[in-house]
Amino acid sequence: MGEIMLLIFVFVIAGFLGVELISKVPSQLHTPLMSGTNAISGITIVGAISATAIAVNASGWVGIIMGFLAIVFATINVVGGYLVTDRMLGMFKKKEDKKQ
Amino acid sequence: MTDIMNAVITVLYMISAVLFIRGIKLLGKADTARKGNSLSAWGMLIAVVTVLVEKEVIDSGLMGYGLIVLAVVIGAVIGAIWAKKVEMTGMPQLVALFNGFGGLSSLLVALTQYVNTAEAKAFEGITLGLTIAIGAIAFTGSIVAWGKLSGKMFKKSVAIPAKNALNAVLAVAGLAGILVYAFSGANASMGMIGIILVTATYLILGFTMVVTIGGGDMPVIISLLNAFSGLAAAFAGLAIANSVLVVSGCLVGTSGLILTLIMCKAMNRTLYSLLFGSFGASSSKKGAASGKEPKSMSVEDAYLILEAASSVVFIPGYGMAVAQAQHSVKELADKLEENGAEVNFAIHPVAGRMPGHMNVLLAEANVPYEQLKTADEMNPQMANTDVAIVIGANDVVNPSALEDESSPLYGMPIINAFEARTVFVLKRGKGTGFSGVENPLFTNDNTVMLYGDAKQTVSSLVSEFDDA
Repeated sequence: MGEIMLLIFVFVIAGFLGVELISKVPSQLHTPLMSGTNAISGITIVGAISATAIAVNASGWVGIIMGFLAIVFATINVVGGYLVTDRMLGMFKKKEDKKQ
Repeated sequence: MTDIMNAVITVLYMISAVLFIRGIKLLGKADTARKGNSLSAWGMLIAVVTVLVEKEVIDSGLMGYGLIVLAVVIGAVIGAIWAKKVEMTGMPQLVALFNGFGGLSSLLVALTQYVNTAEAKAFEGITLGLTIAIGAIAFTGSIVAWGKLSGKMFKKSVAIPAKNALNAVLAVAGLAGILVYAFSGANASMGMIGIILVTATYLILGFTMVVTIGGGDMPVIISLLNAFSGLAAAFAGLAIANSVLVVSGCLVGTSGLILTLIMCKAMNRTLYSLLFGSFGASSSKKGAASGKEPKSMSVEDAYLILEAASSVVFIPGYGMAVAQAQHSVKELADKLEENGAEVNFAIHPVAGRMPGHMNVLLAEANVPYEQLKTADEMNPQMANTDVAIVIGANDVVNPSALEDESSPLYGMPIINAFEARTVFVLKRGKGTGFSGVENPLFTNDNTVMLYGDAKQTVSSLVSEFDDA
């Protein structure tokens, strides 16, 4: 029970932290911000790896296949998300360099 | 040994959570955004390396590591190729698709965990069920959004009779499924019924929720679904007792929700009316009462007006993205500046299919940052502007939003293009915008329509300048 309460505690604090982090963002950054946080939600890859490993230990094929797919999709989300965000932000950067 | 190992794992997860928090914070400021993104990518790398030394992964042996590495390599290659290949105009649908995959992944994690668990426990069962529910909505919802944005599927907003009642039934049935599973205990067949029920109902719910919403509202929906996929990851973290999933998922969930509300405010909509209202369905016949025909003009005549203009404002919309006209627009802006005119770009917060979509496209075409103005900055100067050039934008310059209380757009802040001395509207043909609402701007006396492909029209204006 102790661990569950601690996780709920972390859940609530992180939720409020997210609210505080995101006030007054200039509108041109909304798309990169959305895409960047979208890459972070790919953190589920950690859960996917862990769940796949457990499935391998239990040698349950259904679990292994679903876990494998979960890792593939999460990795697409993570790698694609970060690269796309970086490409977008790189375009903003280029201009600032030119200005200087 | 395992105690030390566990402590190291906890510290590494903590570092990666801190990097995510710093990353999101820095992403919100223009000059640090890129650094923020790479900080958060480092956080992700640390988290992934850390899970590889967790006990269950080590126990899974060579076969476990082999499968994990193979899956990561496949995903990384696909993700990298798509991210490199995508045109900037296709960005919104790609983000929607990535988001759908994130949701699908959380859904699959929960299902894998379900298969791995012999006996359902109440807390794990409920969080696992919620992961399935939210992951499923994020998945099918994002796929529908992707289809609408890329024009591949569900292009017309579909009307579902008694949609709210249907969605409510689905939602409640799914929640019942979660409870059935969570309290099924050792009764495996009861548990399975519960899991199937929640999976099926929420996959359908994601579809029915988004398919009825018009393409114009997709930016808000993608942002909301992004928040959902974050929440799904957080619930997955609760279900498998992993703190880094809980922290990062919840951060994305609530920050995404705030971003969604900011976007709703810019459109003067409430989240409630967006999700439960029936926007656009009843309104499309309104507004055409004036019966006036819009005037059109040749490119040559338009050139003469532009040549004499001393201040020009571009107002881009989704049409500019579709026509890939941003580079030609930049060329035209350069010609106008050489000609001595003051050139600005007025960017409506929800122009395009994503907030900031136009900024990204124009940045790609090397339009200087200082020329990109917000509606608030530009509107006071609009009356002193010689020419406003509306490129593929419609609803964001619709004066009904200010004047006509019966218009569904009423109350949405717009760019006051109609105040400019002359308004050019570049448009593919007659017809309404994405919201399906008539635009009286087009029949105003000072408005001139330039029909045709926006890129071609702009290019021919550029060559008129070259010939002169």
